[in-house]
Amino acid sequence: MSSALAQTLIVMPAYNEEAVVASVVAEVFEKLPGVAVLVVNDGSRDETVLRARSAGAIVLDLPFNLGVGGAMRTGFKYAQQHGYRYVVQVDSDGQHDPSGVPSILAALETVDVAIGARFAGEGDYEVKGPRRWAMVVLASVIGRIARTPLTDTTSGFRGAGPRAIAIFAQHYPAEYLGDTVESLVLAARAGCTITQVPVSMRPRAGGTPSHNPAKAAVYLGRAALALVIALWRPPLALSIEAPTA
Amino acid sequence: MSVTTYVFGIVSAILVLVIVFEMLRRRRVRERHALWWIFAGVLALVVAVFPGILTGTATALGITAPTNLGFFLSTIILFLVSVQSSAELTVLEEKTRTLAENVALHDERLARLEASTQAPIRDVDA
Repeated sequence: MSSALAQTLIVMPAYNEEAVVASVVAEVFEKLPGVAVLVVNDGSRDETVLRARSAGAIVLDLPFNLGVGGAMRTGFKYAQQHGYRYVVQVDSDGQHDPSGVPSILAALETVDVAIGARFAGEGDYEVKGPRRWAMVVLASVIGRIARTPLTDTTSGFRGAGPRAIAIFAQHYPAEYLGDTVESLVLAARAGCTITQVPVSMRPRAGGTPSHNPAKAAVYLGRAALALVIALWRPPLALSIEAPTA
Repeated sequence: MSVTTYVFGIVSAILVLVIVFEMLRRRRVRERHALWWIFAGVLALVVAVFPGILTGTATALGITAPTNLGFFLSTIILFLVSVQSSAELTVLEEKTRTLAENVALHDERLARLEASTQAPIRDVDA
Protein backbone atom coordinates (compact mmCIF):
# COMPACT_ATOMS: atom_id res chain seq x y z
CA MET A 1 0.00 0.00 0.00
CA SER A 2 2.79 2.42 0.83
CA SER A 3 4.16 2.02 -2.69
CA ALA A 4 0.74 2.88 -4.11
CA LEU A 5 0.63 5.95 -1.88
CA ALA A 6 3.96 7.12 -3.26
CA GLN A 7 2.48 7.02 -6.77
CA THR A 8 -0.68 8.81 -5.73
CA LEU A 9 -1.64 12.42 -6.13
CA ILE A 10 -4.39 13.69 -3.87
CA VAL A 11 -6.17 16.46 -5.74
CA MET A 12 -8.21 18.99 -3.79
CA PRO A 13 -10.21 21.57 -5.68
CA ALA A 14 -10.47 24.58 -3.38
CA TYR A 15 -12.64 27.64 -3.67
CA ASN A 16 -12.40 30.12 -0.78
CA GLU A 17 -11.44 27.48 1.76
CA GLU A 18 -8.82 29.43 3.73
CA ALA A 19 -10.47 28.46 7.02
CA VAL A 20 -10.06 24.71 6.65
CA VAL A 21 -7.69 23.91 3.78
CA ALA A 22 -4.54 23.82 5.91
CA SER A 23 -5.99 21.42 8.46
CA VAL A 24 -7.40 19.17 5.74
CA VAL A 25 -4.00 19.02 4.02
CA ALA A 26 -2.31 18.31 7.35
CA GLU A 27 -4.76 15.51 8.08
CA VAL A 28 -4.08 13.92 4.68
CA PHE A 29 -0.32 13.96 5.29
CA GLU A 30 -0.83 12.53 8.74
CA LYS A 31 -3.11 9.67 7.68
CA LEU A 32 -1.44 8.95 4.33
CA PRO A 33 2.32 9.18 4.73
CA GLY A 34 4.28 9.54 1.50
CA VAL A 35 1.42 10.85 -0.58
CA ALA A 36 1.59 14.03 -2.68
CA VAL A 37 -1.12 16.62 -2.21
CA LEU A 38 -2.11 19.03 -4.94
CA VAL A 39 -4.46 21.88 -4.04
CA VAL A 40 -6.04 23.45 -7.11
CA ASN A 41 -7.12 26.93 -6.16
CA ASP A 42 -10.20 27.57 -8.24
CA GLY A 43 -9.94 31.34 -8.42
CA SER A 44 -10.33 31.98 -4.70
CA ARG A 45 -9.93 35.57 -3.59
CA ASP A 46 -8.90 34.65 -0.04
CA GLU A 47 -5.75 33.15 1.45
CA THR A 48 -6.40 29.61 0.22
CA VAL A 49 -3.16 29.53 -1.81
CA LEU A 50 -0.94 30.70 1.05
CA ARG A 51 -2.53 28.43 3.64
CA ALA A 52 -2.34 25.38 1.37
CA ARG A 53 1.27 26.08 0.43
CA SER A 54 2.40 26.55 3.99
CA ALA A 55 0.67 23.29 4.91
CA GLY A 56 3.03 21.59 2.44
CA ALA A 57 0.76 21.05 -0.53
CA ILE A 58 1.69 21.67 -4.15
CA VAL A 59 -0.54 24.51 -5.28
CA LEU A 60 -1.92 25.25 -8.73
CA ASP A 61 -3.46 28.69 -8.88
CA LEU A 62 -6.17 29.08 -11.52
CA PRO A 63 -6.56 32.72 -12.60
CA PHE A 64 -10.36 32.57 -12.34
CA ASN A 65 -13.08 30.20 -11.22
CA LEU A 66 -13.59 27.21 -13.51
CA GLY A 67 -15.76 25.04 -11.28
CA VAL A 68 -14.85 21.69 -9.79
CA GLY A 69 -14.60 20.06 -13.22
CA GLY A 70 -12.07 22.63 -14.45
CA ALA A 71 -10.02 22.35 -11.30
CA MET A 72 -10.02 18.56 -11.54
CA ARG A 73 -8.95 18.49 -15.17
CA THR A 74 -6.02 20.71 -14.21
CA GLY A 75 -5.21 18.20 -11.47
CA PHE A 76 -5.37 15.29 -13.90
CA LYS A 77 -3.09 17.14 -16.30
CA TYR A 78 -0.61 17.72 -13.50
CA ALA A 79 -0.74 14.05 -12.54
CA GLN A 80 -0.18 13.02 -16.14
CA GLN A 81 2.73 15.41 -16.65
CA HIS A 82 4.41 14.28 -13.46
CA GLY A 83 3.83 10.58 -13.88
CA TYR A 84 1.50 9.87 -10.99
CA ARG A 85 -0.24 6.53 -11.36
CA TYR A 86 -3.31 7.32 -9.28
CA VAL A 87 -5.35 10.43 -8.62
CA VAL A 88 -7.73 10.64 -5.68
CA GLN A 89 -10.05 13.61 -5.42
CA VAL A 90 -10.65 14.81 -1.87
CA ASP A 91 -12.78 17.80 -0.94
CA SER A 92 -10.90 20.67 0.67
CA ASP A 93 -13.72 21.35 3.13
CA GLY A 94 -12.97 18.31 5.23
CA GLN A 95 -16.09 16.38 4.26
CA HIS A 96 -14.06 13.43 3.01
CA ASP A 97 -12.18 11.39 5.58
CA PRO A 98 -8.67 10.64 4.22
CA SER A 99 -8.74 7.23 5.92
CA GLY A 100 -11.01 6.16 3.05
CA VAL A 101 -8.22 6.69 0.53
CA PRO A 102 -6.42 3.32 1.03
CA SER A 103 -9.57 1.37 0.19
CA ILE A 104 -10.07 3.50 -2.94
CA LEU A 105 -6.44 2.82 -3.93
CA ALA A 106 -6.90 -0.89 -3.29
CA ALA A 107 -9.87 -0.90 -5.65
CA LEU A 108 -7.85 0.97 -8.30
CA GLU A 109 -5.52 -2.01 -8.63
CA THR A 110 -8.24 -3.76 -10.58
CA VAL A 111 -10.52 -1.02 -11.88
CA ASP A 112 -10.06 2.35 -13.57
CA VAL A 113 -12.40 4.48 -11.47
CA ALA A 114 -13.30 3.93 -7.81
CA ILE A 115 -16.02 5.98 -6.15
CA GLY A 116 -16.04 6.51 -2.42
CA ALA A 117 -19.75 5.93 -1.89
CA ARG A 118 -21.69 7.46 0.94
CA PHE A 119 -24.68 5.15 1.05
CA ALA A 120 -22.79 1.91 0.89
CA GLY A 121 -23.14 0.99 4.52
CA GLU A 122 -20.41 2.90 6.25
CA GLY A 123 -20.81 6.20 8.06
CA ASP A 124 -23.95 8.12 8.87
CA TYR A 125 -24.18 10.51 5.98
CA GLU A 126 -27.81 10.99 4.99
CA VAL A 127 -29.71 12.89 2.36
CA LYS A 128 -33.49 12.86 2.38
CA GLY A 129 -36.40 13.72 0.14
CA PRO A 130 -36.46 14.49 -3.59
CA ARG A 131 -32.73 15.10 -3.75
CA ARG A 132 -32.20 11.60 -2.41
CA TRP A 133 -34.55 10.16 -5.05
CA ALA A 134 -32.65 12.02 -7.75
CA MET A 135 -29.42 10.49 -6.51
CA VAL A 136 -30.96 7.01 -6.47
CA VAL A 137 -32.24 7.34 -10.03
CA LEU A 138 -28.89 8.63 -11.25
CA ALA A 139 -27.05 5.84 -9.49
CA SER A 140 -29.20 3.10 -11.00
CA VAL A 141 -28.97 4.53 -14.53
CA ILE A 142 -25.22 5.07 -14.40
CA GLY A 143 -24.77 1.71 -12.71
CA ARG A 144 -26.47 0.10 -15.68
CA ILE A 145 -24.23 1.97 -18.13
CA ALA A 146 -21.12 1.00 -16.17
CA ARG A 147 -22.43 -2.58 -15.70
CA THR A 148 -21.76 -2.49 -11.99
CA PRO A 149 -24.02 -1.81 -9.01
CA LEU A 150 -23.62 1.77 -7.88
CA THR A 151 -25.45 3.60 -5.13
CA ASP A 152 -23.76 6.98 -5.07
CA THR A 153 -22.68 8.61 -8.31
CA THR A 154 -22.58 12.21 -7.14
CA SER A 155 -19.83 11.63 -4.62
CA GLY A 156 -16.79 13.80 -5.19
CA PHE A 157 -14.60 11.38 -3.22
CA ARG A 158 -13.15 9.20 -5.97
CA GLY A 159 -10.00 7.82 -7.45
CA ALA A 160 -8.74 7.30 -11.00
CA GLY A 161 -6.16 4.90 -12.35
CA PRO A 162 -3.81 5.42 -15.32
CA ARG A 163 -6.34 4.77 -18.09
CA ALA A 164 -8.94 7.05 -16.53
CA ILE A 165 -6.33 9.76 -15.89
CA ALA A 166 -5.43 9.75 -19.60
CA ILE A 167 -9.08 10.36 -20.49
CA PHE A 168 -9.86 12.82 -17.73
CA ALA A 169 -6.77 14.97 -18.41
CA GLN A 170 -8.25 15.69 -21.83
CA HIS A 171 -11.98 15.47 -21.36
CA TYR A 172 -13.01 16.11 -17.78
CA PRO A 173 -16.30 17.99 -18.13
CA ALA A 174 -16.71 21.44 -16.61
CA GLU A 175 -20.48 21.79 -16.82
CA TYR A 176 -22.85 21.61 -13.87
CA LEU A 177 -22.86 18.00 -12.61
CA GLY A 178 -20.31 17.23 -15.30
CA ASP A 179 -17.61 16.57 -12.72
CA THR A 180 -19.68 13.82 -11.11
CA VAL A 181 -22.37 12.37 -13.36
CA GLU A 182 -21.02 13.06 -16.81
CA SER A 183 -17.45 12.10 -15.99
CA LEU A 184 -18.63 8.62 -14.97
CA VAL A 185 -20.68 8.18 -18.14
CA LEU A 186 -17.70 9.39 -20.16
CA ALA A 187 -15.34 6.93 -18.49
CA ALA A 188 -17.78 4.01 -18.66
CA ARG A 189 -18.52 4.53 -22.33
CA ALA A 190 -14.82 4.82 -23.14
CA GLY A 191 -14.42 1.35 -21.66
CA CYS A 192 -13.16 2.17 -18.19
CA THR A 193 -14.20 -0.14 -15.39
CA ILE A 194 -15.90 1.46 -12.41
CA THR A 195 -16.56 0.29 -8.89
CA GLN A 196 -17.56 1.82 -5.61
CA VAL A 197 -16.10 1.35 -2.18
CA PRO A 198 -17.91 2.25 1.02
CA VAL A 199 -16.48 5.26 2.81
CA SER A 200 -17.73 7.23 5.73
CA MET A 201 -18.44 10.85 5.13
CA ARG A 202 -18.53 13.66 7.64
CA PRO A 203 -21.31 16.18 7.72
CA ARG A 204 -20.41 19.39 5.95
CA ALA A 205 -18.49 21.80 8.13
CA GLY A 206 -20.63 24.74 7.15
CA GLY A 207 -24.08 25.13 5.63
CA THR A 208 -26.96 22.68 5.52
CA PRO A 209 -27.98 20.70 2.44
CA SER A 210 -31.07 22.12 0.81
CA HIS A 211 -34.42 20.40 1.28
CA ASN A 212 -36.34 22.78 -0.90
CA PRO A 213 -38.49 20.61 -3.24
CA ALA A 214 -38.32 23.15 -6.07
CA LYS A 215 -34.53 23.15 -5.92
CA ALA A 216 -34.53 19.37 -5.80
CA ALA A 217 -36.74 19.26 -8.90
CA VAL A 218 -34.38 21.61 -10.75
CA TYR A 219 -31.49 19.42 -9.61
CA LEU A 220 -33.18 16.29 -10.93
CA GLY A 221 -34.01 18.01 -14.21
CA ARG A 222 -30.48 19.21 -14.78
CA ALA A 223 -29.09 15.84 -13.78
CA ALA A 224 -31.39 14.10 -16.25
CA LEU A 225 -30.39 16.53 -18.99
CA ALA A 226 -26.69 16.05 -18.22
CA LEU A 227 -27.21 12.29 -18.36
CA VAL A 228 -29.14 12.27 -21.63
CA ILE A 229 -26.64 14.56 -23.35
CA ALA A 230 -23.70 12.54 -22.05
CA LEU A 231 -25.25 9.35 -23.41
CA TRP A 232 -26.00 10.94 -26.72
CA ARG A 233 -22.45 12.05 -27.37
CA PRO A 234 -20.16 9.84 -29.39
CA PRO A 235 -18.12 7.71 -26.99
CA LEU A 236 -14.43 8.47 -26.56
CA ALA A 237 -11.81 5.94 -27.39
CA LEU A 238 -9.50 4.58 -24.75
CA SER A 239 -6.68 5.95 -26.83
CA ILE A 240 -3.30 5.35 -25.35
CA GLU A 241 -2.09 3.41 -22.38
CA ALA A 242 -1.41 6.09 -19.80
CA PRO A 243 1.70 7.94 -20.94
CA THR A 244 4.13 8.33 -18.09
CA ALA A 245 6.44 11.25 -17.76
CA MET B 1 -48.31 50.57 -50.89
CA SER B 2 -47.40 54.24 -50.86
CA VAL B 3 -44.14 55.58 -52.20
CA THR B 4 -43.09 56.51 -48.66
CA THR B 5 -43.43 52.92 -47.43
CA TYR B 6 -41.56 51.66 -50.49
CA VAL B 7 -38.67 54.07 -49.94
CA PHE B 8 -38.68 53.39 -46.19
CA GLY B 9 -38.22 49.64 -46.82
CA ILE B 10 -35.32 50.19 -49.18
CA VAL B 11 -33.60 52.70 -46.87
CA SER B 12 -33.91 50.32 -43.89
CA ALA B 13 -32.37 47.45 -45.81
CA ILE B 14 -29.52 49.63 -47.04
CA LEU B 15 -28.95 50.87 -43.49
CA VAL B 16 -28.54 47.29 -42.27
CA LEU B 17 -25.99 46.57 -44.99
CA VAL B 18 -24.10 49.82 -44.37
CA ILE B 19 -23.83 49.08 -40.63
CA VAL B 20 -22.62 45.53 -41.22
CA PHE B 21 -20.02 46.54 -43.82
CA GLU B 22 -18.82 49.44 -41.70
CA MET B 23 -18.34 47.05 -38.76
CA LEU B 24 -16.43 44.72 -41.06
CA ARG B 25 -14.27 47.56 -42.34
CA ARG B 26 -13.38 48.62 -38.81
CA ARG B 27 -12.68 45.00 -37.87
CA ARG B 28 -15.36 45.19 -35.19
CA VAL B 29 -16.88 41.98 -36.48
CA ARG B 30 -15.30 39.10 -38.33
CA GLU B 31 -16.54 38.13 -41.74
CA ARG B 32 -17.77 34.69 -40.72
CA HIS B 33 -19.92 36.23 -37.99
CA ALA B 34 -21.26 38.86 -40.38
CA LEU B 35 -22.29 36.35 -43.02
CA TRP B 36 -25.85 35.86 -41.76
CA TRP B 37 -26.35 39.60 -41.32
CA ILE B 38 -25.19 40.27 -44.86
CA PHE B 39 -27.52 37.55 -46.10
CA ALA B 40 -30.42 39.11 -44.14
CA GLY B 41 -29.60 42.60 -45.39
CA VAL B 42 -29.40 41.53 -49.03
CA LEU B 43 -32.65 39.58 -48.71
CA ALA B 44 -34.37 42.58 -47.14
CA LEU B 45 -33.08 44.84 -49.90
CA VAL B 46 -34.26 42.54 -52.68
CA VAL B 47 -37.71 42.22 -51.10
CA ALA B 48 -37.89 45.98 -50.50
CA VAL B 49 -37.08 46.73 -54.14
CA PHE B 50 -39.35 43.99 -55.56
CA PRO B 51 -42.18 43.49 -53.05
CA GLY B 52 -43.80 41.21 -55.63
CA ILE B 53 -41.33 38.46 -54.66
CA LEU B 54 -42.70 38.34 -51.10
CA THR B 55 -46.35 38.34 -52.20
CA GLY B 56 -45.65 35.76 -54.89
CA THR B 57 -43.78 33.40 -52.54
CA ALA B 58 -46.44 33.81 -49.84
CA THR B 59 -49.20 32.91 -52.29
CA ALA B 60 -47.20 29.94 -53.56
CA LEU B 61 -46.72 28.68 -49.97
CA GLY B 62 -50.37 29.28 -49.14
CA ILE B 63 -49.67 32.06 -46.64
CA THR B 64 -52.54 34.58 -46.66
CA ALA B 65 -50.71 37.62 -45.32
CA PRO B 66 -47.33 38.11 -47.05
CA THR B 67 -46.00 40.08 -44.09
CA ASN B 68 -46.23 36.89 -42.02
CA LEU B 69 -43.73 35.28 -44.37
CA GLY B 70 -41.49 38.30 -43.79
CA PHE B 71 -41.76 37.92 -40.00
CA PHE B 72 -41.20 34.18 -40.23
CA LEU B 73 -38.02 34.55 -42.28
CA SER B 74 -36.64 37.28 -39.99
CA THR B 75 -37.26 35.10 -36.93
CA ILE B 76 -35.48 32.17 -38.54
CA ILE B 77 -32.47 34.32 -39.36
CA LEU B 78 -32.35 35.80 -35.83
CA PHE B 79 -32.61 32.28 -34.42
CA LEU B 80 -29.74 30.99 -36.56
CA VAL B 81 -27.54 33.94 -35.65
CA SER B 82 -28.06 33.52 -31.92
CA VAL B 83 -27.50 29.77 -32.06
CA GLN B 84 -24.27 30.43 -33.92
CA SER B 85 -23.25 32.94 -31.23
CA SER B 86 -23.96 30.39 -28.48
CA ALA B 87 -21.83 27.84 -30.28
CA GLU B 88 -18.97 30.31 -30.67
CA LEU B 89 -19.29 31.23 -27.00
CA THR B 90 -18.96 27.59 -26.02
CA VAL B 91 -15.83 27.20 -28.12
CA LEU B 92 -14.35 30.34 -26.56
CA GLU B 93 -15.17 29.16 -23.03
CA GLU B 94 -13.42 25.87 -23.68
CA LYS B 95 -10.40 27.74 -25.02
CA THR B 96 -10.20 30.08 -22.02
CA ARG B 97 -10.60 27.11 -19.72
CA THR B 98 -7.66 25.34 -21.36
CA LEU B 99 -5.56 28.51 -21.22
CA ALA B 100 -6.38 29.04 -17.53
CA GLU B 101 -5.36 25.46 -16.76
CA ASN B 102 -2.10 25.81 -18.64
CA VAL B 103 -1.33 29.13 -16.95
CA ALA B 104 -1.76 27.48 -13.54
CA LEU B 105 0.44 24.53 -14.56
CA HIS B 106 3.15 26.82 -15.94
CA ASP B 107 3.07 29.07 -12.88
CA GLU B 108 3.75 26.12 -10.63
CA ARG B 109 6.49 24.84 -12.90
CA LEU B 110 8.12 28.25 -13.04
CA ALA B 111 7.97 28.64 -9.28
CA ARG B 112 9.67 25.27 -8.86
CA LEU B 113 12.32 26.20 -11.43
CA GLU B 114 13.02 29.47 -9.66
CA ALA B 115 13.25 27.72 -6.34
CA SER B 116 15.73 25.20 -7.74
CA THR B 117 17.95 27.93 -9.19
CA GLN B 118 17.77 29.73 -5.85
CA ALA B 119 17.45 33.07 -7.59
CA PRO B 120 14.15 34.33 -8.90
CA ILE B 121 14.21 34.93 -12.61
CA ARG B 122 13.06 38.52 -12.87
CA ASP B 123 11.40 40.31 -15.71
CA VAL B 124 13.98 42.36 -17.59
CA ASP B 125 11.90 45.49 -17.24
CA ALA B 126 10.91 44.95 -13.63
